Amino acid sequence: MKFQCKRIQHRSLSPHSSSNLFNVLTEEIVCKILDHLHDDPFAIKSFSITCKSFYFIESRHRGSLRPLRAELLPRTFHRYPSVSLLDLSLCPRVDDSTLNVISSTWKTTLRSINLSRSRFFTNAGLSSLFINCSGLVEVDLSNSTHLTDLAASAIAEARNLEMLSLARCKLITDMGIGCIAVGCRKLKSLCLKWCLRVGDLGVELIALKCKQIRSLDLSYLPITEKCLNSVLKLQNLEDLVIEGCHGIDDDGLSTLEQSCKSLKMLNLSNCQNVTHTGLSSLINGTEQLQQIILAYGSSVTSDLAKCLHTYSKLQSIKLDGCIITWSGIKAMACLRAPIKELSFSKCLGLTDDGLSFLVQSHKYLRKLDITCCRKITYTSIDSITSSCTFLTSLRMESCSLVPKEAFVLIGERCSFLEELDATDNEIDDEGLKSISRCSKLSILKLGICSNISDEGLAKVGSCCSQLKELDLYRSTAVSDAGITAIADGCPALEMINIAYNDKITDKSLISLSRCGMLKVLEIRGCLGVSSTGVSAIAVGCKQLTVLDLKKCFNINDNGMLPLAQFSQNLKQINLSYCSVTDVGLVALASLSRLQNMTILHLAGLTPNGLAAALLACRALTKVKLHASFRPLLSQSILGYMEAHGCVFHWRDKAFQKEMDPKGWKLHFGRNSNEVP
Amino acid sequence: MDLEEKDPQQAPFTRQNWEDSSILDYSTRIKSPFQEFDQTHPSMLSDNQIKFLIQEGALNELLQASEVQDWDPSAMLNNLSFLEQKIHQLQDLVHLIIGRKGQVLGRPDELVAQQQQLVTADLTSIIVQLISTAGSLLPSGKSTLSVATPSLEQTGQFGGVVFPSAQGLNDGVHPQNGCGSKVSELPNSVDISRKNGNEQNHVIEEHELKDEEDVEEGESLLPDTYEILQLEKEEILAPHTHFCTICGKGFKRDANLRMHMRGHGDEYKTPGALAKPTKESCSEPAIIKRYSCPYAGCKRNKDHKKFQPLKTILCVKNHYKRTHCDKSYICSRCNTKKFSVIADLKTHEKHCGKDKWLCSCGTTFSRKDKLFGHIALFQGHTPAIPSEEVKAPVWPSDRGDGDQAANKVGSMNINFSSNVSSENEAQSSMDIKGSINDPAGYFSPLNFDTCNFGGFHEFPRPPYDDSESSFAFLLSGSCSYPQKSGED
Repeated sequence: MKFQCKRIQHRSLSPHSSSNLFNVLTEEIVCKILDHLHDDPFAIKSFSITCKSFYFIESRHRGSLRPLRAELLPRTFHRYPSVSLLDLSLCPRVDDSTLNVISSTWKTTLRSINLSRSRFFTNAGLSSLFINCSGLVEVDLSNSTHLTDLAASAIAEARNLEMLSLARCKLITDMGIGCIAVGCRKLKSLCLKWCLRVGDLGVELIALKCKQIRSLDLSYLPITEKCLNSVLKLQNLEDLVIEGCHGIDDDGLSTLEQSCKSLKMLNLSNCQNVTHTGLSSLINGTEQLQQIILAYGSSVTSDLAKCLHTYSKLQSIKLDGCIITWSGIKAMACLRAPIKELSFSKCLGLTDDGLSFLVQSHKYLRKLDITCCRKITYTSIDSITSSCTFLTSLRMESCSLVPKEAFVLIGERCSFLEELDATDNEIDDEGLKSISRCSKLSILKLGICSNISDEGLAKVGSCCSQLKELDLYRSTAVSDAGITAIADGCPALEMINIAYNDKITDKSLISLSRCGMLKVLEIRGCLGVSSTGVSAIAVGCKQLTVLDLKKCFNINDNGMLPLAQFSQNLKQINLSYCSVTDVGLVALASLSRLQNMTILHLAGLTPNGLAAALLACRALTKVKLHASFRPLLSQSILGYMEAHGCVFHWRDKAFQKEMDPKGWKLHFGRNSNEVP
Repeated sequence: MDLEEKDPQQAPFTRQNWEDSSILDYSTRIKSPFQEFDQTHPSMLSDNQIKFLIQEGALNELLQASEVQDWDPSAMLNNLSFLEQKIHQLQDLVHLIIGRKGQVLGRPDELVAQQQQLVTADLTSIIVQLISTAGSLLPSGKSTLSVATPSLEQTGQFGGVVFPSAQGLNDGVHPQNGCGSKVSELPNSVDISRKNGNEQNHVIEEHELKDEEDVEEGESLLPDTYEILQLEKEEILAPHTHFCTICGKGFKRDANLRMHMRGHGDEYKTPGALAKPTKESCSEPAIIKRYSCPYAGCKRNKDHKKFQPLKTILCVKNHYKRTHCDKSYICSRCNTKKFSVIADLKTHEKHCGKDKWLCSCGTTFSRKDKLFGHIALFQGHTPAIPSEEVKAPVWPSDRGDGDQAANKVGSMNINFSSNVSSENEAQSSMDIKGSINDPAGYFSPLNFDTCNFGGFHEFPRPPYDDSESSFAFLLSGSCSYPQKSGED
């Protein structure tokens, strides 16, 4: 991201531009100003159109580029000569010719390229990219399921590559990985997740040839302990992810002779065949170990916990989905290292006694996840809040036995809390008021908390000015007053979910439109909301990227027109069941960034209107449509869309009336782990 | 050819052929342990050899003289059919003896001795006849031996495979050496005869004759715990080791020959005739045999300082072909790999092209782990990924198979050209032999109409599944190639 400030002072000193006040600023100063304009995506645009010299400086200064569409690239080549970071994740279609042009334009400057969301390029394009841009350091080729070993051999041309992600490149085999291992000797970070055809041989060769590797993701590979011996020999290895490698088991791990002294993070999730014996031989001698993730593995016994006793730098332990035993908890309580992060999400067997005992010996806990630990009661919360006063994150979704009084304790004792997930809990206004003391709170999830009302929200709104995320999904007692208080008190709000709330009307949206940072708005099934509210949002929230209006029956084309005009950042919209017609949809199609559209059961949608909208919407990557449209749309249109990188998801759901607001829990309710 | 009627008349007839009464003495000795005439008596053997050499030399001269003559297939047929009958008669006789054994058991040795005398005499005559017939077929003495072999084996005496003929020849010429003992199914006799063959060949080829004592031993076996046998080049390269005494058809395996023999008459269908030649009659542990490669200077040659013996005859054959012969079988898929043993080619062709693990340096590996080991070892080497265009020819489909077949025929022709010639020679010499009046005058034209001479392919080989049989199949199958090519 180093920029080259070229001396162009002859421009600013020229007599013709002396009338321009900005010319007194030297280029260095302008560049410094530019460096601080990253927060607001529009700031740089405004800056560059201020005057010719600013435009010129900005174009020289620009190091990173995230083009909306690959078609726009040829026009930007001349404007931005020194792009080093190219993010093509918004461009579904990047073909070989585009890559050729990229590689010839930014031959010397390009350092990083992201092709994880792009398709249609082949090994030929990659080959020219990697041969020309010899300075490439970081490449993301995730999800390139079409790439074969030929592409891998093209990657091997990038001699300076340090970070490479090949996640889900399912066609690449050991042979391709072998090429990369031989070619890219400077690799520091490699992700091979889901590269199902890569086995021991490929990984072994990587470990043998790329000695500088620090981070290695081998998740879901068909590997065994054979390659681990070589992997553990890597002198600089810090992060090792071997999630879901079912070929790795205790017997194999017991044969390991190596130990990796530099290892800091180990992820052994989903390795059911590995118990404490395998773990201990794997982390034997890794003194630097900071984080260990054993989610969905074998049950947590005292033996397993004792494996961790010697690691004095251990900070984070994640045991999601494991069976926790009392002896295991006791052994964990005896860990020497001060643990900062503990995760027991969906752990059966975690009891009040165990948790209370554990938290008392780890007083410096910062993050605790006890999602769906349904045996937890007031006792646990009491000991957590009294021992771990530095807690910043507490996730306790669906801890259904925790009474409302417990939340008062949280607010009183954990004033550093930044994140609280109390979804599906008994929390009430008193608890909310108490929690509002946590002035740093930025994420608050109160979905399916029917006990909270405007009163509590008003308190949160007045105290928690840093709130960024608020989830009020099906918290049905909340009305416009509460939302207004939040909107007024939390100007930093970026995401709010007020779905399935009868009492919400346009007033809420109008007040939310004052939150200029709002990016995600979900108002599913808010029957009181109309096009007026949506218009206000469109005008006020320029950064809106995700909008879910499903089952807002009262929203029609009138809401779409302002969206089409103002929400230039909108990427994703759900209009199912709305009263939008062809007119509204075609209008929306003018949004140049719209990528993702779900339009099931639109009241007034015709095949012709749909076709027109699809053709006009040039950035689309994913469209969810009712299956009945499939035969009605011309094949050539579908083919055209697919050739441009758009994927169609055909759904055959019957039209569905909104269920009784109180009856839905009978179907989805608290017995299930997931909130619908 | 009834079993019963043969032996009484035949016995005196055969005995008359043998003036040398000393047979009797030696044949009676058969009852005593066999090692009396066994391998550990080199002096005796060398005696045999010398005598044999003289005999054979004379024979060869005779043959060479007669080679000029045109050969007469019908005369050959005569000879063969006579031989067949003789053998059948002998077989019946032996059967009879076996049948009576129970009754004879308590009696004095006289009758037994007489019977054995009969058999010995018969057998000796057959052997001599055979050798004189077969010896004429091939240019050298070794070939004679190999052709003569089956006659002995056919009588069911030999469990062994290779070249007992030298011994047989000795028997015929010098029965006093006690070789008549073969009648009583000596398991060791095979070895003896093999060794004899070796020694003879040494002399013939003017190699230095080595006594067993001089042979250096392998590491695993102590000296004197095994004996070393050495076959000659021609023997090693001979396509067949078992020959039908009636039609002359060659076989790789004794079992195949026995299957084949069924077609020559009911007497070959008896359980005794079909049974595997037994070894169990050997009362004491067989002496371990190891083999030496005839190629001077080879590590497998017994003269080598660090001599490492070969375990079996098959090992000898494969070793010799792989190490000292041209690699004339070319893989039709890659057109680069060459083999001298056709089984190796077959094995290679099974995998050729399929799993071709290629390094950027051009080296190919049959196994991926080998390639990766190679790449791990050498700096700068990288797996070579075939581009899509190249991929197609690597995987030959139908066309490739056709090519393969064609190439195979071609390579067969090349490789077996020597065999073809030798066979032709054999045929011609056989005819020549037939035209010669047998000096011993054993043969009388008996009913050879009953014999089936033409049917070379009448007896389909039983499908054996072990590796040796596949080898055998390849070799025997290869014989038909030259014929085909000749038609082409």
